[in-house]
Amino acid sequence: MSKSAVEVPPRCGFSFDLCRRNAMLSEKGVKAPSYRKTGTTIVGLVFQDGVILGADTRATEGPIVCDKNCEKIHYMAPNIYCCGAGTAADTEAVTDMVSSQLQLHRYHTGRESRVITALTLLKKHLFNYQGYVQAALVLGGVDVTGPHLHTIYPHGSTDTLPFATMGSGSLAAMSVFESKYKEGLTRDEGIKIVAEAICSGIFNDLGSGSNVDVCVITKGHKEYLRNHLLPNPRTYVSAKDYSSSKKTEVLLTKITPLKEKVEVVEGGDAMEE
Amino acid sequence: MDLKKDLDAPHSMGTTIIGVTYDGGVVLGADSRTSTGVYVANRASDKITQLTDNVYVCRSGSAADSQIVSDYVRYFLHQHTIQQGQPATVKVAANLVRLLSYNNKDMLQTGMIVGGWDKYNGGKIYGIPLGGTIIEQPFAIGGSGSSYLYGFFDQAWKDGMTKDEAEQLVIKAVSLAIARDGASGGVVRTVIINSEGVSRNFYPGDKLPLWYEELEPQNSLLDILNASSPEPMNIQ
Repeated sequence: MSKSAVEVPPRCGFSFDLCRRNAMLSEKGVKAPSYRKTGTTIVGLVFQDGVILGADTRATEGPIVCDKNCEKIHYMAPNIYCCGAGTAADTEAVTDMVSSQLQLHRYHTGRESRVITALTLLKKHLFNYQGYVQAALVLGGVDVTGPHLHTIYPHGSTDTLPFATMGSGSLAAMSVFESKYKEGLTRDEGIKIVAEAICSGIFNDLGSGSNVDVCVITKGHKEYLRNHLLPNPRTYVSAKDYSSSKKTEVLLTKITPLKEKVEVVEGGDAMEE
Repeated sequence: MDLKKDLDAPHSMGTTIIGVTYDGGVVLGADSRTSTGVYVANRASDKITQLTDNVYVCRSGSAADSQIVSDYVRYFLHQHTIQQGQPATVKVAANLVRLLSYNNKDMLQTGMIVGGWDKYNGGKIYGIPLGGTIIEQPFAIGGSGSSYLYGFFDQAWKDGMTKDEAEQLVIKAVSLAIARDGASGGVVRTVIINSEGVSRNFYPGDKLPLWYEELEPQNSLLDILNASSPEPMNIQ
């Protein structure tokens, strides 16, 4: 940081003064409330005729699992989807915002959205917020120029890759991809490897868990396989269904007719305008 | 090792980048490793980015910062090319990079090497390090791997090299840096720019020279395990 004689406010961009204050306070031992985070495994790969995205379904709040079956594969456009890791609120907000910008852009141009457009809008927003919008994304889709897969980091940098992983389970998932990925996979082979990578995250990473969501995008077609695998079924479900067998008992019924309380005048003047 | 903290670290390019002029053009070179802390986030990234038909830039430092700077410069140069009706010179491109780096020096963590060819000045290399200064050089090196290369370049760089000599120098230098710098790695990418146009080359591990104590590259651990020759690890 430059030390000028007079502190001048920046000419443009956002002020991150409060972020620096918060960092200082937490360094001195003030505990900030925790956000709902998606300690996550998210992956994507390019196959023969499109892109496959995958995600686990665990959302955590510190050490507590607060949602056992959340959705981490977000809609961007009919031909583009995006997996999100990081703070749940941020991934949700940033994908929603960009997907509506893309919808407006489609109304304006009358053309299918491109993956590169979504990528540019996302990275522009994330760069502006200098990493304080905690969203790590895997963006995939098929457009007029073919299949595309990108990763986007919270600071706004992007990569273009044939296979990608993100989130706390990214190391476990990447080990599966690095040993099994090859060019020109079929649809079924692709789904199998994606599911295996997510399972590797679910079983080996504490932040990831529950089920496997998969999304297959091909030219002019997509398939959202919600809960494609359920590797962690509940072993005990109450037979009594947790509901009371008795209906709520009626103790008293009293009906008060309005006519006795209110004087009703027939006719009268019409209301003035 | 705090792995969690490392995974949250900004995406950056511990890098080796090189630009060399030769008789008639320039050769740019880079490794392909980007990392977040101790994790290799991308082992095949492309750090040599196109700005115009005849000007490229090698990026180092923060990935986000260098991408945004090169995106802006590409956009400005596109406008400039249309307004002038002719390709932008390397000097103009380098000056735009300098302008953004200097004006936003508090915000940016990126060093760049701009190289290209134009009809007025021929092949030119400009180094734009962290503070946003600009230096025209016959050769420029940058990134964390460059500290291993200063002496080598003082010894090996010669005036009036041929295209092939210059490219071999760049490949040799990047592979030397990859061998000694932990933050550099992967493959070597080169871009050659001259009056004839641009050619892009890619040299994977098995096409690179081996240096002191280096072993022959293996495609995969699985290949070693499946080979019938003496087993390095006997897993039963």
